[in-house]
Amino acid sequence: MPTTLTAFADVTTSDSALRRFLHGLPGVDAVGLEARAAALGTRSIKTTAKAYAIDLAISMIDLTTLEGADTPGKVRALSAKAVNPDPTDRTTPMTAAVCVYPDMVATAKAALNGADVKVASVATAFPAGRAALPVKLADTHDAVAAGADEIDMVIDRGAFLAGRYLETYELIKAVKEACVRPDGTAARLKVIFETGELSTYDNIRRASWIGMLAGADFIKTSTGKVGVNATPANTLLMLEAVRDFKEQTGIQIGVKPAGGIRTTKDAIKFLVLVNETVGEDWLSNHWFRFGASSLLNDLLMQRQKLSTGRYSGPDYVTVD
Amino acid sequence: MATVESTRLNVFKTYKLYVGGKFPRSESGRVYEVTDSKGKWLANAPLSSRKDARDAVVAARKAFGGWSGATAYNRGQILYRIAEMLEGRREQFVREVGEAEGLSKSKAAAVVDAAIDRWVWYAGWTDKIGQIVGGANPVAGPFFNLSTPEPTGVVTVVAPQDSSFLGLISVIAPVIATGNTAVVITSEKSPLPALSLGEVLATSDLPGGVVNILSGKAAEMGPHLASHQDVNAIDLAGADAALAKELEIAAADNLKRVLRPQPVDDWSADPGTSRMTAFLETKTVWHPTGSLGSGGSSY
Amino acid sequence: MASLFEYAPAPESRSVVDIAPSYGLFIDGEFVDAADGKVFKTVSPSSEEVLSEVAQAGAADVDRAVKAARKAFVTWSALPGSERAKYLFRIARIIQERSRELAVLETLDNGKPIKETRDADLPLVAAHFFYYAGWADKLDHAGYGANPRPLGVAGQVIPWNFPLLMLAWKIAPALATGNTVVLKPAETTPLTALFFADICRQAGLPKGVVNILTGYGDAGAALVEHPDVNKVAFTGSTAVGKAIARQIAGTDKKVTLELGGKGANIVFDDAPIDQAVEGIVNGIFFNQGQVCCAGSRLLVQESIHDELLDSLKRRLSTLRLGDPLDKNTDIGAINSAEQLARITALAETGEAEGAERWSPACELPSSGYWFAPTLFTNVTQAHTVARDEIFGPVLSVLTFRTPDEAVAKANNSQYGLSAGIWTEKGSRILAVANKLRAGVVWANTFNKFDPTSPFGGYKESGFGREGGRHGLEGYLAPSNPKGER
Repeated sequence: MPTTLTAFADVTTSDSALRRFLHGLPGVDAVGLEARAAALGTRSIKTTAKAYAIDLAISMIDLTTLEGADTPGKVRALSAKAVNPDPTDRTTPMTAAVCVYPDMVATAKAALNGADVKVASVATAFPAGRAALPVKLADTHDAVAAGADEIDMVIDRGAFLAGRYLETYELIKAVKEACVRPDGTAARLKVIFETGELSTYDNIRRASWIGMLAGADFIKTSTGKVGVNATPANTLLMLEAVRDFKEQTGIQIGVKPAGGIRTTKDAIKFLVLVNETVGEDWLSNHWFRFGASSLLNDLLMQRQKLSTGRYSGPDYVTVD
Repeated sequence: MATVESTRLNVFKTYKLYVGGKFPRSESGRVYEVTDSKGKWLANAPLSSRKDARDAVVAARKAFGGWSGATAYNRGQILYRIAEMLEGRREQFVREVGEAEGLSKSKAAAVVDAAIDRWVWYAGWTDKIGQIVGGANPVAGPFFNLSTPEPTGVVTVVAPQDSSFLGLISVIAPVIATGNTAVVITSEKSPLPALSLGEVLATSDLPGGVVNILSGKAAEMGPHLASHQDVNAIDLAGADAALAKELEIAAADNLKRVLRPQPVDDWSADPGTSRMTAFLETKTVWHPTGSLGSGGSSY
Repeated sequence: MASLFEYAPAPESRSVVDIAPSYGLFIDGEFVDAADGKVFKTVSPSSEEVLSEVAQAGAADVDRAVKAARKAFVTWSALPGSERAKYLFRIARIIQERSRELAVLETLDNGKPIKETRDADLPLVAAHFFYYAGWADKLDHAGYGANPRPLGVAGQVIPWNFPLLMLAWKIAPALATGNTVVLKPAETTPLTALFFADICRQAGLPKGVVNILTGYGDAGAALVEHPDVNKVAFTGSTAVGKAIARQIAGTDKKVTLELGGKGANIVFDDAPIDQAVEGIVNGIFFNQGQVCCAGSRLLVQESIHDELLDSLKRRLSTLRLGDPLDKNTDIGAINSAEQLARITALAETGEAEGAERWSPACELPSSGYWFAPTLFTNVTQAHTVARDEIFGPVLSVLTFRTPDEAVAKANNSQYGLSAGIWTEKGSRILAVANKLRAGVVWANTFNKFDPTSPFGGYKESGFGREGGRHGLEGYLAPSNPKGER
């Protein structure tokens, strides 16, 4: 535990202490939260600001494929696109990472061939998280050993909803330790709450704090596999959580909305949330990511429109 | 009485004010002669001063929190209790009203009966007016929105000059039924039924200070009550046009709610709700309703 | 504001509105010059640019307009409610059609951000007409007796803070109930009312039903005093409200007054803090705080004072002040030089009395009337800034220890218009809301408005309610006159 976290040391000594702490966090008024997110969504981002935002958004994408049908070919294509999103414009930034299942990490790593694009791997029995702890840890170890730079774990929503907060905390801590490589470095850990299953904003705030206290490097909304994924409101709430955590501990934590963000307009709304909630400290792909796949092509088409003045079409971006 | 052979002398009643649940004389020590409709002396009534009026406002303000905070059911029970107590003293009021207004015994009895029934009418309103004039408003957004009537506060009532009892009760009852407290200036000419009403109120579980009754001159006390910064409203029922205008102007000092004098042909007619709503504020409270889950409307 | 992600200017196009160099008074369906030919200029408060020159009504014009309204009353009040309703529905629809134009115009003339005129004022204006349109043929069911009657000619005087919205609050219920109207907009914001006159023409509204007199306070006073006016509706300062109450004393004129306020926004230690901060900001900086129901007194529980103030200051630092037509502007211009001077003077009094003043780093434009968002801390009930309505972007922060104390301080005011409560405890909301002497209580929200929701104050904040079923009452006479009313 970092020394700055000692103020919270008592919080995680027992299930009841953790429950008391989590239930002592300020409540969230759903209507007010959603209204704030919607109000920020009306910001009008034009011309130079839009160009900046599009490039920033591209650079923040964890370009993702998490299908049962994933093959080495699919992952290689995705990796190529991550390095070179727009073959017609080499000034286009690379995405932040590619995000794949553990068994595809080695393939992705090889395909990226040293480019500055991270390999993120989901782990811990993604997406349901329903497996024994040793299985989850083995899953994590495998991904790290295969070269993953980042691990996207899922929490056990069943444990959380049953009120076993300490178990949730211990799971994240254990996975965090499993991210450590033999050389002492570690993969960065993103903790997925599956906010759509936690359902209430109060739960999302509590889960955020469990994740942050347990050592998450990122907190992440969703797997993309359930009905409700990233929304402006739940992302705003998580941004408020990392803002508060940094203020109280000095430790900065990243945020990753994932699932359902498909258009440039949506992505820019999320960047406005970042800009006006936590500010420029988070305006880089070290601290903010989009878990997305189809978003990239829309960003590329908008980027082409800005540079050429013409509206682009799907035939002018690559299908992967 | 002349026919009574007994040599026993009647015991006269000393009429006193009703303020804060007590029966003080005017602090000024002044009285004035009250006569019947034919000019025969009936009693000396206190000639209240502006200081009596000031004390009455203090009493009314002190009583406001408890009375407005009482349940509507409780207020209804107390108003009904007033009717019960009046019924028991019916003969006394028939005599006093008959003398005051020059009515035959049967006509006076009809007036008193109507006055008693008026308390019953308003007793039933205490827990219904809120349902009639309040309610939920269907706002276009995720909010629960409810309007509720609340009493305005301390109300000065210039009681009708002619209808010394039914008119009086018709202006007092709606004020207190809704949770306000009242400072009442009685009919100047015929204050005795009003002063006797104080005795009924005092024995009806009505908390002291909810109704305060002052006999005397509306033109003397009125301006002080109309301009009083701790009075919230004024009913000008018994003021003539010139006094009503003067008091309405004074009432603007703190923007009192003003109920102007209305011509009333028949105090026994259905009073409607307007005398209650004149001294009600509408409070509207908003609260977000939100959604059950963070998915909002997508759930 | 973060410098990495600077928002490029995003101005709403001015070209959607065509402002004529001059406008007349709208009397009996025609635009006419003032009888004495006087005119005055209206300027854009954000730039001091002259927008147009409008006729300045005097007593003779008031008389002419009241006569036109009186004449129109005969036929208008006799019209079936269902027909009056359709005129109002037409007006509501035309407002919706022209809402972008009207939003830009309002922003130009008033100085408030386009974000607000576009997302708050104009939608509410249209909704208000739509709501009261539906009442016109249902008045028998409104709870004011069978066949309630209109009063006659309504003289209406409105302020500059929500020019078109206040017009809607006045005109929609008046017309729905069968009254005719003479309305005087504020002298600093006459333009949207004049465009509304054009909308009345487009809707085919009969001549004289709505008359618009641009002018100053003297025209308003003449209107209030006019013997053939049956109803006075005023929104504005408490001082003028009192003067009106005196003016109409002893007459039969019915009056509704919507006046000043010093709303307490009460934040308990168990509040949803992030939303409370938004509510505080919205409560006092919406429309630059030029709102009668603004939450201008922040009452914060002592135990969370420091934490809340830190959050609030951080949030204020993100407010974007500047060109009101820019779609990203949060804080626009103060409406007039006179109002700016008043705000400035009161803020100086706050400092002189020892309250601690704070504003975020904030560059004010060089022309126009501007005032930075301002907080006063260490304020007590005895400070002027805790008692007087500032009507500007100035928040006074006070503390309390217990719910009782919060209620006592909140109610310790000559006003009683609005209040806010922030707590996650349901029973506390109900208990505190019950004790507050204020006409509108927002719990875990603030500054929400809706045509169905009655609005109006206790105490010196005025009397009568606007909006909802309650808003009809001020324009109706009961059907049977036997001691009713």
